[in-house]
Amino acid sequence: MYNGGKIFFGIIVFLGIFTFPVYYNIGKADTTPKPSLNTPVINQMKVKHCVEPKAFMRANHMQLLNEWRDSALRQGQRDYVSSTGETYNISLQNTCLHCHSNKEKFCDRCHNYMAVHPYCWSCHFAPGKENKL
Amino acid sequence: MKAFLPFLAVIFLVLLVIVGVKAASLYFLFGVIVPYAALLTFLAGVVYRAVKWGRTPVPFHIPTTCGQQKTLPWIKQSKIENPSTTGGVVVRMLLEVFLFRSLFRNLKTEMHEGPKLTYGSDKWLWLAGLSFHWSFLIILVRHLRFFTQNVPGVVQIVGSLDSFLQIGLPLLYITDVIFLAAVAYLFIRRVAIQPVKYISLAADYFPLFLLLAIGCSGVLMRYFLKVDVVSVKMFTMSLVSLRPRIVPGVGTLFYVHLFLVSTLFAYFPWSKLMHMGGVFLSPTRNLANNSRMKRHVNPWNYPVKVHTYEEYEDDFRAKMKMAGVPVEKE
Repeated sequence: MYNGGKIFFGIIVFLGIFTFPVYYNIGKADTTPKPSLNTPVINQMKVKHCVEPKAFMRANHMQLLNEWRDSALRQGQRDYVSSTGETYNISLQNTCLHCHSNKEKFCDRCHNYMAVHPYCWSCHFAPGKENKL
Repeated sequence: MKAFLPFLAVIFLVLLVIVGVKAASLYFLFGVIVPYAALLTFLAGVVYRAVKWGRTPVPFHIPTTCGQQKTLPWIKQSKIENPSTTGGVVVRMLLEVFLFRSLFRNLKTEMHEGPKLTYGSDKWLWLAGLSFHWSFLIILVRHLRFFTQNVPGVVQIVGSLDSFLQIGLPLLYITDVIFLAAVAYLFIRRVAIQPVKYISLAADYFPLFLLLAIGCSGVLMRYFLKVDVVSVKMFTMSLVSLRPRIVPGVGTLFYVHLFLVSTLFAYFPWSKLMHMGGVFLSPTRNLANNSRMKRHVNPWNYPVKVHTYEEYEDDFRAKMKMAGVPVEKE
């Protein structure tokens, strides 16, 4: 082996970088999120349902919210007809957060898990919170 | 056509995983066994190649230089282009690794009527190469949010800078666009420029198609077809915590992405992609141009038996003196 020390050092650095996720997570608590549906409005629902099916909402809610924003604020259109044929009022504050009034235990849990910081809250404020402006 | 077979190979890989997951439900194979095997192949393969390179002697001292070498004190040395010290070599290597300095010197050579040979600046390859590599690095760092509990601050900062244009939701990552554009350019360059096409091999096209497919599957997943990212992260976290389990609700598209990335990892050490490690071991880059100050001994040299003049004189001193031949040692 020529320049064995340098080669060895390079290999250690390489392995250190590419196995980072394995040792970084050792001893870290499992933070798998369980978004809570325990709010007064949801508890009163006979059939628990969102504006669209759960599987769709899990994957597409951000896109739906974005379309809602454009529809309400740019086109002034505030009626949303869901895939089940029901009409909803397009409003984060009055529709989404009416049921999901527990932002910390619903929205934030997955968002924190995924390290996503949606900018909804730079205009809206969560229910039950004082407006800090 | 040399590009056709690699193209078919990538299509085949995509179809293989779609059939395997959708029709045969081989979730454990494509979700756990293949990624682990690919990563182990990658790690072991890169170490193997590095050790193999380390065991290969450098017979000659061959740094390429493009500046004034160290000489008389009143002639200014080009310390980075023609380094004579380790420090100079380190700076030169850093510029090479982070900015592709030698590629920046790329020239376009053309023969005109006359006949007249002209050289012109050609930075497109450098620009596309640099954009591609940096985007890929940033994308890789960003992906750590799927592989870490309490995502490190650096990863979050990289992600938020990358998406700061706030286009659409999920936010558009700038590097996704640059990555696809750069890889597309690197492919088009190989087919559109005749001399480059002539020297391009299947092994040049395959990684390009593979990267393009990886990029497209990732972009489709994030912006168009959508997958449930929380389930995806629960699955990836189970992989890195070495307690693998299949999480239902992760779409087929995710398996396509995962399988193509696994292919890239497994293919990496045995292909030209090893230039990731090779750039550090290039004798033309990592040697200082000090061959007039330090003797470079070829490790391959056979131990030649020599008989020096001193030894010769020792053998024949008496006879030389008798014959009146001048000697160096009395």
